[in-house]
Amino acid sequence: MGLVLDRVRRDVGALTHIHETTLRLPPGTMTVLLGATLAGKTSLMRLMAGLDRPTSGRILVEENGRERDVTGLPVRERSVAMVYQQFINYPNLSVFENIASPLRVKGLPKAEIDGKVRAMARLMQLESFLDRMPLNLSGGQQQRTAMARALIKGADLVLLDEPLANLDYKLREELREELPRIVRMSNATVVYATTEPQEALLLGSHTATLWQGRVTQYGPSAEVYRRPQDLITARIFSDPPLNLLPVTKTGAEILLPDGSKAPATGALTGLADGDYQLGFRAHQLGLRAPAGTSLHFDGKVVVSEIAGSESFVHVECSGGRWVALASGVYRLEPGTPIAVHIEPTTVFVFDSAGKLAHAPAFLSAA
Amino acid sequence: MARIELSDLAHSYKRGASAPADFALKPMNLTWRQGGAYALLGPSGCGKTTLLNIISGLIIPSQGRVLFDGRDVAHLPTEKRNIAQVFQFPVVYDTMSVYENLAFPLRNRGMAAAAVDGRVREIATLLDMTGELDRKARGLTADAKQKISLGRGLVRPDVAAILFDEPLTVIDPQLKWELRSKLKALHKALDVTMIYVTHDQTEALTFADTVVVMHDGRVVQAGRPDELFEKPAHTFVGYFIGSPGMNVLPASVAGNQAQIAGATIGLRWSYDVPPGKRIEIGVRPEFAMLARPGEGVPVTVERIDDLGRSRLARLRLREHAVAASVPDELSEIGETAGLILQPDHIHVYADGERLEGRA
Amino acid sequence: MDKPQNNRAWFLVLPVLAIVAFSAVIPLMTVVNYSVQDTFGNNQFFWNGTGWFRELLDPTTDLGGRVRDSLWRNLLFSAIILTIQVPLGIAVALAMPREGWKVAATLVVMAMPLLVPWNVVGTIWQVFARGDIGLLGYTVNRLGIDYNYVADPLAAWVTIIVMDVWHWTSLVALLCYAGLKSIPDAYYQAARIDGASRWAVFRFIQLPKMRRVLIIAVLLRFMDSFMIYTEPFVVTGGGPGNSTTFLSIELVKLALGQFDLGKAAAMSIVYNLIILAVCWVFYTVMTNLDVERRRPPADA
Repeated sequence: MGLVLDRVRRDVGALTHIHETTLRLPPGTMTVLLGATLAGKTSLMRLMAGLDRPTSGRILVEENGRERDVTGLPVRERSVAMVYQQFINYPNLSVFENIASPLRVKGLPKAEIDGKVRAMARLMQLESFLDRMPLNLSGGQQQRTAMARALIKGADLVLLDEPLANLDYKLREELREELPRIVRMSNATVVYATTEPQEALLLGSHTATLWQGRVTQYGPSAEVYRRPQDLITARIFSDPPLNLLPVTKTGAEILLPDGSKAPATGALTGLADGDYQLGFRAHQLGLRAPAGTSLHFDGKVVVSEIAGSESFVHVECSGGRWVALASGVYRLEPGTPIAVHIEPTTVFVFDSAGKLAHAPAFLSAA
Repeated sequence: MARIELSDLAHSYKRGASAPADFALKPMNLTWRQGGAYALLGPSGCGKTTLLNIISGLIIPSQGRVLFDGRDVAHLPTEKRNIAQVFQFPVVYDTMSVYENLAFPLRNRGMAAAAVDGRVREIATLLDMTGELDRKARGLTADAKQKISLGRGLVRPDVAAILFDEPLTVIDPQLKWELRSKLKALHKALDVTMIYVTHDQTEALTFADTVVVMHDGRVVQAGRPDELFEKPAHTFVGYFIGSPGMNVLPASVAGNQAQIAGATIGLRWSYDVPPGKRIEIGVRPEFAMLARPGEGVPVTVERIDDLGRSRLARLRLREHAVAASVPDELSEIGETAGLILQPDHIHVYADGERLEGRA
Repeated sequence: MDKPQNNRAWFLVLPVLAIVAFSAVIPLMTVVNYSVQDTFGNNQFFWNGTGWFRELLDPTTDLGGRVRDSLWRNLLFSAIILTIQVPLGIAVALAMPREGWKVAATLVVMAMPLLVPWNVVGTIWQVFARGDIGLLGYTVNRLGIDYNYVADPLAAWVTIIVMDVWHWTSLVALLCYAGLKSIPDAYYQAARIDGASRWAVFRFIQLPKMRRVLIIAVLLRFMDSFMIYTEPFVVTGGGPGNSTTFLSIELVKLALGQFDLGKAAAMSIVYNLIILAVCWVFYTVMTNLDVERRRPPADA
């Protein structure tokens, strides 16, 4: 089943929670809603589920090439399942009964319920916990139980609202890895809300970035990551935060914030004169001079963070306050002078309205 | 200001416990120097929160001593220890302004009003909160509230150590960067011992000078972030640190050769393998490279994950799952491929413990 | 607010609407009807306009004077009840155990008085406080204190207030207890680390977190105490003299004693409006203190 939001908008009182949004989720795909807290992820999901009614616009379900208007249809009459950030299970029912509960409501025969629950438990690696009570399980097992219950319904639309947020890092990593496989097997259209860009990339499939109640871009995750259409999308989809450098282009030169000039090379060559913002992610800011032309800035280390084989170096320089990701261990005291390098062919260029003016070509992952 | 020593410390939530399994915290000795930045890292239930609560005085340990600068404080109540704590969910006094929140610990200790004012403004400057001093605390965002809880600790001139209990849980990813670098900068500026409890390896590694990895009530390794990454002392450390964790494969090792799933791999050092123990080799995905078929060990490719700035290969070596890096120049990856392990970064483990090799 | 429409839901509400109509709306309309008419029996009614209301609200008339006096008694009674029960309830809630088997035991004991019907409470206390056979009355008198609630207005007031405190304080305590239980442990730990005194913990953590339930407690206790009828009716019958004659007792005297249906109807409407007005004022004032919390953060 595919889901179509057709010019959907939602106002609550004088506030607009969701601005007019059109979104088409193809059947059997997974869509990640990526955005900060309060960006409207949950509001949008509630509209999709039918928990809230849009102020204007239509919600359509697409089946076998035909569209059916379901706007206003209550959630109970839609084929929808939802999993929340908190682990919500029936505390007085065993894991087996928890997973079985949607099937019991449907009134399925006993043997069939038994078979389905065991198959789902195998998929979610809960087989050995079926007789336990949810509250005696770890957070990861509880959340897997909740997800199993949502998936076993065989609902056409499964909504996952930051389901991994309350889990331990490693568990999150494992579930994140299993999730695309589980989704493929369930055949449902899945919507997954998260605040973490990395999660959107790992889950693959499609991503819709959200900002202040607006969908800023929708497309295959890797494409949104590599060709963000505007500055806001690029910022949402960058962790560590996107580094920015304001420049003014005049002829063959660019004017930098500290008043100095540099030749307009790389991405900047073909652009009209005017004000631009150069955006580059942490791994695009180098601590070593690359071969060929580069812009370089002298600055000071604010703080350096070592994450295993890599280091995040926060730098304060004439261009701004930036984060560089470098492989290797850089143990640098705050205040240490440092030079950072930007390769002008690898940066995003945004015009003064924040629209993408140039994106680097990505032949492979760089 | 204090050096913190844990001497023969152990804790059990059961009374009269004797079996090791009864102990939430197995006997340990640790010394934390004054002014250090430490992280306690481990999964839920590993005992890290118990340890934190013992240091803060919320739990009295079943045995052993907690020394602050040589003085045993194990039986002193929280308020008598010079510690401050930042909790998982922001704790602020809703009805007070930001200023009053920061002044609260000082006023409670009877500090003169002029001194309070000076100190509060000093800390507010450090936290970049001078503009918000008159605002009510309840209307603030989660990250601002966490800054206030931190400020209530920093404001006390006598504070010896600040304990953090997963303080970034409710903060959005982009703001985490800001808050974390603020924290690091404050640590450098103020020379306070900071102990940071978390299950998130990135937070632990980026924050701490020394990371203490805990598993099942024990300290399995304490070391610098790069040491933990490059020389995990235990397979658990290898698994827990790194994303994804270290590949651990059953092997047989003789001299400087290892046999894994029928393939022979050369090692950098030679090993004397103790008999009767489970032998495994460990290599991080960062040091395992996908190659063209015919090079290295033959593997089957399950899928390639695109992580944005790099690619990760999910492979199968007979029945074992292996994660490996994909070099940028490698394209057109088929169903089978080769796997090259960098000999310098292969570790040998016996019953989970790392063996030291010889030249 | 604007949930998806499902018209079947309305059918489920219909029985309730019917019951409410028969038990509340229709009687209320009858009352309004009576309040603007006069009757001399035989089901003969005469239009009286706002006559009853004017008499009722004019303290120079006999009825107006009685209404004014009993209104003051009501307000005084409610004020005393709130000043005693709210702080006492908070104190009891603070003293209640937080964990272990004692929690269940305490809750059961606390809930006990709430389960006793009003008239039974009245009867219990009527006997309990009697000077000749009542345990309380006898004991107090033997201690040398002259106590007779039938003859002494002060003793009558004390009896009714003590009775109401006994009956209803646990309601306030239970509500506050629920509020206290919802405070995460981290707050108490943070307060200890900040060196906060017991009083500061109460003032800056417990009281702010209890405010919402306190609003409910104050409203409930105000409404209930303002409408008090059964207990004084059973214990003192409104006496001695008129000293414990509250509006509700006055109303019943008027309606059933004198069968002045018009006056009684007008009075019950006024009574109703007073309660609504006071509750509205309470609610507005107390929730306005709370407004800042609901405003989303400016920079979010």
